Amino acid sequence: MKMRKQLYSGFALLMLGLNSAQAAYTLNMTKGVTEISRDVYDLHMLILWICVFIGIAVFGTMFYSIFHHRKSKGHKAAQFHENTTVEIVWTIIPSLILIGMAIPATKALVELDDVQEAEMSIKVTGWQWKWEYEYLDNGIRFFSTLDAASNAARQVGSGIDPNSVPNYLLNVDHPLVVPINTKIRFLFTAADVIHSWWVPALGWKKDTNPGFINESWTYVERPGVYRGQCAELCGKDHGFMPIVVIAMEKEEYAQWVAEKQADIAAEAGAAEKEWTAEELMAEGKAVYDSNCSSCHMPDGSGMPGTFPAITDSSVVTGEMDAQIDLMMKGKGMMPAFGSMLGAVDFAAVATYIRNDLGNSVGDSIQPKVIQSLQAEVASDEEDEE
Amino acid sequence: MSSVVAEHDDHHDHGPEKGILRWIFTTNHKDIGTLYLFFALAMFFVGGTMALIIRSELFEPGMQFVEPQFFNSMTTMHALVMVFGAVMPAFVGLANWMIPLMIGAPDMALPRMNNMSFWMLVAGVLLLASTLFMEGGAPASGWTLYPPLVLQTGDALPFAIFSVHMLGISSIMGAINVIVTVFNMRAPGMTLMKMPLFVWTWLITAFLLIAIMPVFAGAVTMLLTDRFFETSFFDAAGGGDPVLYQHIFWFFGHPEVYVMILPTFGVASTIIPVFARKPLFGYTSMVYATSAIAFLSFIVWAHHMFTVGMPIAGELYFMYATMLIAVPTGVKVFNWTATMWKGAMTFETPMLFSIAFVVLFTMGGFTGLMMSVAPSDFQYHDTYFIVAHFHYTLVPASVFILMAAGYFWLPKWTGNMYNERIGRLHFWLSAISVNILFFPQHFLGLAGMPRRIPDYAVQFADWNMISSIGAFIYGFSQLIFVWIVFDTIKGGSGKATDEVWEDARKHSLEWTLPSPTPYHTFEKPPEKIPTEHF
Amino acid sequence: MNELVAQKNGKLVKQLLLIAIGMFGFGYALVPIYDVFCEITGLNGKTSETAVQVSGDYEIDLSRNIRLEFVTSLNKAAPIEFKSEVNKLEVHPGKYYTVNFIAENKTDKALIARAIPSVTPGLTAEYLEKTQCFCFQEQKFEPRERKLMPVRFVIAPDLPDKYKTMTLAYTFFDNTDRKLNKQK
Repeated sequence: MKMRKQLYSGFALLMLGLNSAQAAYTLNMTKGVTEISRDVYDLHMLILWICVFIGIAVFGTMFYSIFHHRKSKGHKAAQFHENTTVEIVWTIIPSLILIGMAIPATKALVELDDVQEAEMSIKVTGWQWKWEYEYLDNGIRFFSTLDAASNAARQVGSGIDPNSVPNYLLNVDHPLVVPINTKIRFLFTAADVIHSWWVPALGWKKDTNPGFINESWTYVERPGVYRGQCAELCGKDHGFMPIVVIAMEKEEYAQWVAEKQADIAAEAGAAEKEWTAEELMAEGKAVYDSNCSSCHMPDGSGMPGTFPAITDSSVVTGEMDAQIDLMMKGKGMMPAFGSMLGAVDFAAVATYIRNDLGNSVGDSIQPKVIQSLQAEVASDEEDEE
Repeated sequence: MSSVVAEHDDHHDHGPEKGILRWIFTTNHKDIGTLYLFFALAMFFVGGTMALIIRSELFEPGMQFVEPQFFNSMTTMHALVMVFGAVMPAFVGLANWMIPLMIGAPDMALPRMNNMSFWMLVAGVLLLASTLFMEGGAPASGWTLYPPLVLQTGDALPFAIFSVHMLGISSIMGAINVIVTVFNMRAPGMTLMKMPLFVWTWLITAFLLIAIMPVFAGAVTMLLTDRFFETSFFDAAGGGDPVLYQHIFWFFGHPEVYVMILPTFGVASTIIPVFARKPLFGYTSMVYATSAIAFLSFIVWAHHMFTVGMPIAGELYFMYATMLIAVPTGVKVFNWTATMWKGAMTFETPMLFSIAFVVLFTMGGFTGLMMSVAPSDFQYHDTYFIVAHFHYTLVPASVFILMAAGYFWLPKWTGNMYNERIGRLHFWLSAISVNILFFPQHFLGLAGMPRRIPDYAVQFADWNMISSIGAFIYGFSQLIFVWIVFDTIKGGSGKATDEVWEDARKHSLEWTLPSPTPYHTFEKPPEKIPTEHF
Repeated sequence: MNELVAQKNGKLVKQLLLIAIGMFGFGYALVPIYDVFCEITGLNGKTSETAVQVSGDYEIDLSRNIRLEFVTSLNKAAPIEFKSEVNKLEVHPGKYYTVNFIAENKTDKALIARAIPSVTPGLTAEYLEKTQCFCFQEQKFEPRERKLMPVRFVIAPDLPDKYKTMTLAYTFFDNTDRKLNKQK
């Protein structure tokens, strides 16, 4: 339910931005929407032209020689093979060109390094295979995964034409929303392996290293939707963890923050009500597709030797408590979903996998119960304080 | 070791043994060279098949043929097989064949080690290939084997690491052999500064190998103990750091790519003067430039890691140091151009491949220069732009030159001329298709397509399709070379003269020998050293 | 090949093998070299792994305000509830502060976990001097145990003026399985 609402609002936001930043067929690097990205673009073009110029000179000489100094035209070979002056000249001239290149490059690098005096901070955590965003200033925190339409189409032999999916592989369920004309500082870390956060329109990418923190910054000048991808090979679904950044006017952004905070409150309310099995199943499928299917496969068959199957799994068809416990705490490569999913999503997907994907246990669990399990920890804390 | 060498004496007076045993136990540098070359050619097609699987999946958007995990295994294995199974062994094969002939030595200095080094290579590559059939699949973390990802590999991990150890030991033995041969086995009068450039570049390459292969072996051993013996070199949980692996890997990795390109320079510097009918321009500066490139390769490694989060001083240092490489590399390109200038050129297949090498390698050099600029690299890094870059420096450079070397020396090795018309057909198909294959990848990278992804957004569709078409044309045209090799062995288009190429005798010693090369050569050192390149 | 050449060859082979073995050792030597390098350059924002011995008090620089942020992460979603009492603090260089971090074992089993610190900008790591930190050793958690873990630190007054924001991040790694394996 909540999931679907967010999907709709996501689409509405996408429509707003379509005119400005639709990723189109292109040959060259984007100029982007920040001062840095323009500097990088200018630097790129400068060096490209230097290379083209040198290339024309060298290849021109070579091809002149190839056409004129051939034996078939009766050209007699000269026998010179050394000329110190020439050697010195073609060592010094390239060195001078390099110094000319190094100056603007250094300037751009120094500018990019200046992370200080940002107005807000966003922590980005790379996960196999999704992004987690945490706004350090207002506590908003959410996961961002490949959108359901792309995810369905990208399965081997899905039969869905990628051209029919809007922004195929470059769309997410919950985009990162940022205000324009604001210096934003990003902190990067990872929860499992190394990832790399890259939105070309911002002009840079940064690795996210598990256990360590990296930083970078941006100052977006134009509202729009900017898309990117994980750039560091991070395992099986490396190609399927896109990034969507929606930049909006400050007022709009403030509104979004308020809505997002209201959503979090509403989620707590939704968990209170009694859910029917059908409602849970419907919600559960969406949760499964975006959180579980990449490892356990959309049909629950898993990957032998790496990811266990859901279908006929002894955990899933056995006692529900054990299954909930495993999902809460994680095991091996499986993360602890207790802290990643809301109570409704958690209860829904727990119910869904027991009654679909080839299983039919027939029972279900209420979000209320999950909420109390999750809250055990939280309430303890408040008591002590 | 010395006893091994001493015993070799009594091998001299007989020809090759008959049958399969000749090839298994051979200590003859020509036989071992041949084994290396055929093995490399076979692996070139194995690695090529993997590349075609990759390009088939990327032919259009959507997942059509393989699961993403297998796709990642293919990119990983394609790289490992091509680097350690095809390009490096091919150059070792050339070194085995040509270094003794070029310096007037009767054989390599350490013939038994030579044999062992070859068979260890075969075992290593077979072990690597066997991981494809293991539970959890072959390594899928890219050839760089970055932790923590690589530690998620299934049963294959220890086998892959052990295979890397064997390949490393094999390379080190090969390198030791080259150095000892060049230092101790040169004919009287063959001073270091009279050696053909191919020998020079291989000597420098051999030192690189001895310096870097053990470091790589150390890095993968640390991976092994991290996974199985509770160390935490690269695991933050135990106080380690995954970025440390990247530093160690690229300390090996950057010189490693030069291991594949320096002998390429050597062959090009050997072929171009012969067909320009001129001495090589700037022999001395070529030697110095090669040494400078080799030295620089040890101090620029972190330019592969600009986005990893280095302090600005580090980024600036590695950016400046990397830019410097352009100077000696430029000198080489200028020297080749000057060698052609006012020559009397003819354009047989080896020369065609060599000219294409100079042009296309230079293009790879240009993109390399672009990427040395750290701020721009924040955009280029890990995209198809770099895929295009290093393939330009490996395929139309290293591989083209290996083909050129094949055409250049086949008549000497077999005593027969290859079919020139088919050779040229092979060249033109390769030269055109390799650009259809790799040039569009520049556009893809600049437009924002990351590397190592099995599927992509629809705006990347057109160039990917063109690139895949180029890949198939390129891949299948290489079969022509296989035909050429066997056709030439069987007789080709007639007997080759001893000199093969006009006035080649002036350039290097191997052309003073009969064609085909006798099984044993230079048992008596040559009397006259060619000095054409002075 | 005569005896003399064979001897020369043998000697050279030995020398080259020594180089190769030496380079294998060098690969391992890169590990401590890297740590030293990190400390000097602030690469990766590693902080000192032991408490700083303070000889005397710094002079407190009231004229400067540094915004210090605290960030907590869990590797592989370790089953620990982990946060800092405050998200950020305005601090003066030279003054001692204590910030409490709270970690709770959410399972019914004992846990062994370790928090790895990381500071950004990396170059400021050496100015963040911790006299007390839960990150100096591994933490053992009883089932459902909740710990209050203070970090006491000071920012050295010689922190260059250009730095106005710093982040101190901790990532908790669940090392229980590793420890169990070791005991086996």
